[in-house]
Amino acid sequence: MSDRLLDARLVVDRGVFRLDVPLRVAPGEVVALLGPNGAGKTTALRALAGLHPLTDGHVTLDEVDLDRPATGGWVPTERRSIGVVFQDYLLFPHLSALDNVAFGPRRHGVERRAARATAREWLGRVGLDAQAQRRPRQLSGGQAQRVALARALAVAPSLLLLDEPLAALDARTRLDTRAELHRHLSAHAGATVLVTHDPLDALALADRLVIVEGGRVVQEGDGPSVTARPRTDYVARLVGLNLYRGRADGHGVRVSPELTLTVADRLDGEAFVAFRPAAVALHPARPEGSPRNTWAGTVADVQRHGDNVRVQLDGPIGVAADVTPAAAAQLRLVPGQKVWVAVKATETHAYPATG
Amino acid sequence: MPAALLIPAGLGLLFLVLPLAGLLIRAPWTTLLERLTEPGALTALRLSVQTATLATALCLLLGVPLAWVLARVEFPGRRLVRALVTVPLVLPPVVGGVALLLVFGRRGLLGGWLDSTFGITLPFTTTGVVLAESFVAMPFLVIAVEGSLRAADHRYEEAAATLGASRWTTFTHVTLPLVAPGLAAGAVLCWARALGEFGATITFAGNYPGRTQTMPLAVYLALETDLESAIVLSLVLLVVSVGILVALRERWMTTA
Repeated sequence: MSDRLLDARLVVDRGVFRLDVPLRVAPGEVVALLGPNGAGKTTALRALAGLHPLTDGHVTLDEVDLDRPATGGWVPTERRSIGVVFQDYLLFPHLSALDNVAFGPRRHGVERRAARATAREWLGRVGLDAQAQRRPRQLSGGQAQRVALARALAVAPSLLLLDEPLAALDARTRLDTRAELHRHLSAHAGATVLVTHDPLDALALADRLVIVEGGRVVQEGDGPSVTARPRTDYVARLVGLNLYRGRADGHGVRVSPELTLTVADRLDGEAFVAFRPAAVALHPARPEGSPRNTWAGTVADVQRHGDNVRVQLDGPIGVAADVTPAAAAQLRLVPGQKVWVAVKATETHAYPATG
Repeated sequence: MPAALLIPAGLGLLFLVLPLAGLLIRAPWTTLLERLTEPGALTALRLSVQTATLATALCLLLGVPLAWVLARVEFPGRRLVRALVTVPLVLPPVVGGVALLLVFGRRGLLGGWLDSTFGITLPFTTTGVVLAESFVAMPFLVIAVEGSLRAADHRYEEAAATLGASRWTTFTHVTLPLVAPGLAAGAVLCWARALGEFGATITFAGNYPGRTQTMPLAVYLALETDLESAIVLSLVLLVVSVGILVALRERWMTTA
């Protein structure tokens, strides 16, 4: 087996929007395309499925060109070795759960009885033996999701595609389904590409994250490296970090004309500095002593955030701070109020912006 | 509630219901069974049901693909084609009959060729009745099915493709079942329209008992000779129509 079952460069021009995403997935690997709405994730998925032709680039699966505009290579959707779990599942409403799952094997030339046996096996694997004869509208959201997964996997696809697989579920069902989905994705021998805007889903399900913004890949890597070293504001917000880009010179990173942050790491050149909102302390007067970064800020917004209070501050740099409700009350934080902001150098994490 | 609206509303309802009530009041209930089993009535009824059913089958065979093309295929002039399809809806049926004669008549554009090449004669035959009824009834089916196809989520067809279904299998296994309610409603409307067809039928197929004389034609003929017979035949058509209405209401319109 090659180390990349799927090799693609997805280029789709849609008027002013251009998607250009290189993507390589090894057998058994789960890659999440993570990005905000409108980033082009679903277009990428549709291009892989052959539901949207490429403008340029290629989709090569198992060394066969499925789509390559330059040479005119094209394999239509129904002849691609793929399985798709759609966002709202699209289970055929006129067929039972069993026949929905048997639909794929039947179309692949399997005789009816054998196709049903395969379907029953898959329904068993997702824990739905008892619901085999139910119509989709008689299934709960979580059950429909599992039928959709079984239907996609029943044809043993080389490439499994999932579009926001958990988005349609309520919070409670989501946790259970996520764990179960992870189990099935780990067991899938082929390549898996899943599209989501939820970082938790991506981190829980994928071996590797590809972060797409405005049709481009802005960051790529495994979960820990992406969450520890965000490279765009979008990723920083997703993982809940304050992120700044600036010029590093030893232990100082100049993040705005008026502010140079002292950091624990030592580096030079273009760099990112990240720190947690909880690492930000607020003071009514300028704090003395200790190796801290301090600057004057103005409260822009105060909101409840879990057990704490999240304070957005303007100043030389915009920053989010998490303080306890007691501290917030003591400081009498209201929008427009001036406070001193302090961040310890040891609480920051600095890393090069290049490479 | 303003009387200016209630009074005309009541009059309107009366106007629609009164003639039907009249039919029931004047019906010769005592001799009804006798009249119904008269050979002439039975023959006309059987012919009507047969031709309307054949016409519906023909409409399904040609109309469903036409509706699919109109709903799913982008092509220049699609709006014009859709307008053309609906012409028989607004065209006086007699005009339709004349038009059919001009094309399929013995000296018509196609009729002459059909006659000389295959020895097929269409006007004034039972086949002619089926053609006349199909011509008038097909738009009902096409419009109903096209509407259902447009309303159906075409992403189910994409889902079928990802599971390996060809375009044709997708059509038969996914698209048709999805639009089944609309298809059934369209077929019933089509059948009802074909059953009641008069103008195009009498113009194109004539009025030969046992061959082209359908129920509406028999009613019209009986009106001149035997009023009671006309009433009885009308009653039968009324019952069939109401039956269709009830079937449509209960089975398709509420669930759609």
